Amino acid sequence: MTVLEIDRAARVYGSGRLRVTALDGVSLRVGAGEFVALMGPSGSGKSTLLRLAGGLDRPTSGQVRLAGRDLASLDEAGLAAVLRRQIGFVFQEANLLAGLTAAENVALALELDGVKPKAAHAGAHGLLDSLGLGAVRGRFPAQLSGGEQQRVAIARAVAGGRTLLLADEPTGALDALTGESVMSLLHQRAAAGCAIVLATHNVRHAAWADRVVFLDDGRLAGETGPQAGPECLLGTVR
Amino acid sequence: MSVRHSLLALLSGGAMHGYGLKTEFEAATADVWPLNVGQVYTTLGRLERDGLVTAEADAEGQKVYEITGSGRDELRHWFETPVPREVVPRQELAIKLVFAMRSGTADVAAVLQRQRVATVRALQDVTRLKAAAESSGDLAWLLMLDGLAFQGEAEVRWLDLCQARLAQAQRPAGQAPQRAEPAERAAERSGL
Repeated sequence: MTVLEIDRAARVYGSGRLRVTALDGVSLRVGAGEFVALMGPSGSGKSTLLRLAGGLDRPTSGQVRLAGRDLASLDEAGLAAVLRRQIGFVFQEANLLAGLTAAENVALALELDGVKPKAAHAGAHGLLDSLGLGAVRGRFPAQLSGGEQQRVAIARAVAGGRTLLLADEPTGALDALTGESVMSLLHQRAAAGCAIVLATHNVRHAAWADRVVFLDDGRLAGETGPQAGPECLLGTVR
Repeated sequence: MSVRHSLLALLSGGAMHGYGLKTEFEAATADVWPLNVGQVYTTLGRLERDGLVTAEADAEGQKVYEITGSGRDELRHWFETPVPREVVPRQELAIKLVFAMRSGTADVAAVLQRQRVATVRALQDVTRLKAAAESSGDLAWLLMLDGLAFQGEAEVRWLDLCQARLAQAQRPAGQAPQRAEPAERAAERSGL
């Protein structure tokens, strides 16, 4: 099932001599359980593409469809409701609320979806347990390591069965080992059916994705196709 | 790859037959570097000649190899000595790029992009093996895969820099890069 469909999207900022084409007719389709990484130099259009995918910006031309629905067809309230229920965001900073525990941060996302507080807390506990974060659910953000904070932020982003997770450099501030644990968690969420789009400069982290898409100057510059499997690598090493 | 020292390392855990050493070596490196059984016996013969192992026939007449004190010293020395880095390794990719630049007919940017896709694809394979190694708790194999992943990363970062330098060299002097900086900055301001 296709979760996100971006069809020949272009985004132009400014006009006349100040006109800048940030994205130039890019198409991308991401299915349920598919993990796609976007790579490219600064200014290649990765963040613009994520903003369009997340409904935070609208394309100058082309379409962005979420579960088959054109985001441009929704009014502001309708768009906000779709985004809140279906899309989770993760950034370089975890941005957890400092006055709430890990579980309360996750439960808040569920309560905003209309889940009753008791059920939201039970849901948050269950989700954190399933992600191997049960031990830290009662801790406040200041009592968590950077990696733990980011993993709680991912839990918050996928709470309530959101179908699409958009992550912009989520490992940028983490050391190598902690970065690996965050990528491993994203990989698990994709295996559980969540569609994931990750923008990153780190190719080792992009390599956790099923498909790596390269952007350059606002255009698609290539992508890794269907995988031949690890045997291919072993053949190369031999 | 030092087969000699790898065999000494395996023997430091206890005496073994030649064939057992071959299987253990391949299992430890998840069959990435298969050993020819002839290579194992030739190496064992040299280790025995150098007094680093001894060989005795078991009840069935098969040779069992055991590490000696000198063998343990040699192994310790190997662990204590960093692996020398070739200053300028003879690397096919670097050579290909040099001649692509010189040819005047090759599309160097396309050469770079095709290589980038191929290297990232190989890196995806390494990452899948890493995920499996993590689940099975095979730490030694995981460390080796991490090494392969970092080598792939280094190559891709080098390709990125090659592409940026190429673009810079091809731009007329004084012309700013056509980058969508305003969008990226706006994105950063909004936190995305």
